[in-house]
Amino acid sequence: MEKAIKMKSRELNLFYGNFQALYNINMDIEENRVTALIGPSGCGKSSFLRSLNRLNELIEGSRISGEVFLDDSAIYEKGINVVELRKKVGMVFQKPAVFPMSIYENVAYGPRIHGIKKRSELDEIVCRSLQSANLWDEVKDRLVAPANQMSGGQQQRLVIARVLAVQPEVILMDEPASALDPISTARLEELIAILKTRYTIVIVTHNMQQAARVSDYTGFFLHGCMLEFNRTEELFLNPRHNKTEDYITGRFG
Amino acid sequence: MPGTRIGEKALTCLLYLSALIIIGILLAIVGYIVYKGLAMINLDFIMQAPRRAGKEGGISSTIVGTLYLTVLSLAIAAPLGVGTAIHLEEYAQKESYFAYLVTLTAETLAAIPSIIYGLFGFVFFVIYLKLGWSIWSGSLTLAIMVWPTITRTAQEAILSVPREYRENSLALGASKLQTIRKIVIPAAIPGIVTGMILALGRAIGETAAVLLTAGTSLGMPLSPADPARSMSVHLYMLAMEGLSMERAFGTAFLIIILLLFINYLANRSMSLLSHNGG
Amino acid sequence: MNGIIEGKITAVKQHNNREEKSQILQAKAGRWERILVILRKSKARFIPEILVEKLLMLSAVVSIMALLLISVFIFSRGVPLIASVGLGDFLFSLEWKPIQGKFGIGAMFVGSLLLTSASLAWAVPLGLLTAIFMAEIAPPPVGRIMTRMVSLLAGIPSVVYGFFGLVIIVPLIRNYLGGTGMSVLAGAIILGIMILPTIINISRDAIQAVPLVYKESSLALGASHYQTIGRLILPAASSGIITAVVLAMGRAIGETMAVVMVTGNAAIIPDSLLAPLRTMTSNIVLEMGYAAGDHQAALFATGAILFIFILLLNLLLNFIRRAGKRYAGN
Repeated sequence: MEKAIKMKSRELNLFYGNFQALYNINMDIEENRVTALIGPSGCGKSSFLRSLNRLNELIEGSRISGEVFLDDSAIYEKGINVVELRKKVGMVFQKPAVFPMSIYENVAYGPRIHGIKKRSELDEIVCRSLQSANLWDEVKDRLVAPANQMSGGQQQRLVIARVLAVQPEVILMDEPASALDPISTARLEELIAILKTRYTIVIVTHNMQQAARVSDYTGFFLHGCMLEFNRTEELFLNPRHNKTEDYITGRFG
Repeated sequence: MPGTRIGEKALTCLLYLSALIIIGILLAIVGYIVYKGLAMINLDFIMQAPRRAGKEGGISSTIVGTLYLTVLSLAIAAPLGVGTAIHLEEYAQKESYFAYLVTLTAETLAAIPSIIYGLFGFVFFVIYLKLGWSIWSGSLTLAIMVWPTITRTAQEAILSVPREYRENSLALGASKLQTIRKIVIPAAIPGIVTGMILALGRAIGETAAVLLTAGTSLGMPLSPADPARSMSVHLYMLAMEGLSMERAFGTAFLIIILLLFINYLANRSMSLLSHNGG
Repeated sequence: MNGIIEGKITAVKQHNNREEKSQILQAKAGRWERILVILRKSKARFIPEILVEKLLMLSAVVSIMALLLISVFIFSRGVPLIASVGLGDFLFSLEWKPIQGKFGIGAMFVGSLLLTSASLAWAVPLGLLTAIFMAEIAPPPVGRIMTRMVSLLAGIPSVVYGFFGLVIIVPLIRNYLGGTGMSVLAGAIILGIMILPTIINISRDAIQAVPLVYKESSLALGASHYQTIGRLILPAASSGIITAVVLAMGRAIGETMAVVMVTGNAAIIPDSLLAPLRTMTSNIVLEMGYAAGDHQAALFATGAILFIFILLLNLLLNFIRRAGKRYAGN
C-alpha cells in the first residue's frame, strides 16, 4: 500500500544566531500515524518540532536553510500564510497552558479567532472538540467554570480540545505527558491512539517506554542530527546505530 | 478572517506613533528648559546670593539649602530604611502580622500626597515640636517621604542575594549576625545604594512639603535650625510671582541637570558597585 | 556542593575543639571559673544578636509610628471643623469664603475630580498603547531606549512640569484657543504627562508578566500577533492594567505644584475646558501661608478628605490585586 506522506523535511538546518541546532534533517512523516522523536535533552527534537509549524520564528535570530513540506507545498516560502499553516498544524505544549478563561472560552478561542461568531456554531464546535478529547463527560455541566481549576490531566486534554477545535490536520505534541501523573498519562496515550485515525501526530518525548507504546515511527536525535529513523519496533529491537542502542538501553541521557 | 494586513499595519503605525509622542514630550520639556536656561548659567549665578527676593543675583543659598535638606533627610531615612529591610528579610517571620503591617505602612506612606506631608510636617515639626521653619523640619518630613523607597529597594537588594551565600557562611560556623554583616549586606550594597540615589532624586524635586516646613527664607542656611529655600521652592516662587523668568529658567535648568546626573549615577551604580562585589 | 560539605566538616571540628577546650577548663578550674566559661560561651554571641534584632525591629516600628502620627495630627486638626460645619455642607457647598467663616469645598472637590478625569481620559489610552508597544512590538534596543525615556519623564519634579506648563502650554492655549490660558485644559495636559510614566510602567510590567506559553499557544492556534494581544494578553493583564490606572488616579488627585501653576485657581466650578479651576490640593498650598484658626483647620480638613480618598483608593487596589490573582489561578 502506498504510504501517504503528510509532512516532510528536506535538508533542514536550523540556526539560532551562530549556534546550529539542526543539521540536515530529512524526515518523512506518514499520514494518520504517530511519529515519535526521542533523544537526550538539548538534542534538537523540540527545535525540529517547532520548525514544523514555524513557531521557531518567535526566537530572535533564528533562521533555517532547507525546506519543510506540508502535503507537498513548502511552508517556508515567502508569501505563505503562517496563520493558515498553524491552523492546519496544531501544537500541544509541555505545560498545559490553559488560558485564564472558562473551559468553554478556551476551546472557543481558536474558532473565534478564525471568524466564527454564531453562538450555535461555537457550541457545536466546543462540544465536538471536547468529545474528541475525551473530556466532554467530565465537564459538560461546568463549561463556564475557570479552566485553571481542573486537574493537570484534564487541562492537558482541554489543550488538545482547544487545538482540535481549529480542525488541524497535524498535531504536534511537545512532551505532553511530562507534567502529568501516570494515570493521566495513560489516558492521554489512549487518546493519542484514537486521534491518529483522523490526524497525523508527531510527538516529542524523553520517555522511551512511552515512545515505544504510542508511536508507529520513531526518530532518534543527537546533537542536532537525526541518527536513525525507522518503524518503532525496528528501531527499538534492531537499532542500527550504536548511539541509538546506547540511548535506548539507558547508557546515557 | 483574522485581522487584515492593512488593519495590522495601521495598528503598528499607531503604536509607533504613541512611542514617538512620548519621546516628543520628553524632548520638548527637557529641550526647551535646557535651551532657555543655559543662557543664564554662569559662575555668578551659582555663587551669588539672591537679591531683591530673587529678581536679581544668583541662587547660591537655594543650592546650599537643597543639598542640606536632601542629604540630611537621606542621613535620617537611610539607617531606618535599610534597618527595616534587614529586619523584614532576615529576622521577621514571612507571613507574620508584623511584616504585613510594615509592608502596608510602606505602601500607604508611599501613596500619601506630598501636600499632606507638608501639612503634617508643619503642624508636627514646625509647631508641635517647636522646630520652627527650619532644615530640621524639612529634612525630617522629607525623610518620612523617602523612607518607603529606600526600604523597598533595600528589600529587593537583600532578597536577590543568593541563598547559597548565607548557607555557606552559616555552615562555616558564622552566626546569623556575622553572616548579615559580612556577606549579605556587602552583596546587597549595589541595590541599596541605587535605592538611596533614587531617594535623593525624589527629595530634590519635592516642593510642597518643603515649602510648608523649611520656609521660604532666602538667607544662606548655616545650621540645621536655620530656615532654607530649596531650588524647587525657589522655582515655584519665581514663576508664580513673575519675578524673573530668566532666573526661573536657570533654576529649572540646574534642577534638571542635577536630576539627569542622579539618574545616570543610579544606572551606573548598579554595575560599578557590582563588579567590586563580584 | 563539596564546598558546603567541607564547610560543615570544618564547623564540626571547630565545635569539637571547643568542646575539648571547655572540658579541660572545667576539669581544672574552680566552680566560679566554670560559671564564667559557660556564661562567656553562651552569651558572648547572643547579646549583640538579640539586641541588633530588636534594634532593627525598632526602625520598622518607627515607620508605623510615623504613619500613625500623620493620621492623628491631620485628623485631629481637621475633623472638628468638619463636624462643626457638617460633612455635607463642607463637601458640597460651593461657598468658600474663609473671611466670612464659610468653608464649603464643593468647587474644589469637583475641580479635583474633573481634572483627574480629564487627565486620565487621554493619558490612559496613550500610556496603554505605549506599554503595548514596549512590551510586544518594539525591538529590544528600541524597548530599552523607551524604558530610559520613560524613567526620565518619571524623574522630572512636579514644579518643573508646572513651570513648563506655565511658559509653554498656557500661552499656547491663550493665543490659539482663548481665555487666559490658565485652564482645565492646561491642567489636564500637564497632569496627564505626569501620570504617563505610572501608567506605562505598571501596564508594561503586567503585559510582560503574562506567561510566554499563553502567547505561544495562541499563535500555535493560528492567531495573529495582534489577535493574541487583543484577545488573550490584554485580558490576562487586565488586573495589572487596572492597578496602573488606579495608581495614576491617586497620583493625579494628590498632585499640587504643577496644578497650582497652570489652572488659574479660581474657586468656582469651571464651565468649560478653557475656564480656570481650583483643586483641593491647590487650595491647601495657596492659603496655608496665611491661614489661621478655623481657616487653617478647614485646610487640614481638606487634607483629611484627601487622605481618606487615597486610603480608599489603596484599599481598592489591594482588592483588585487579590481578585486578579484568584482569577488567573495557578
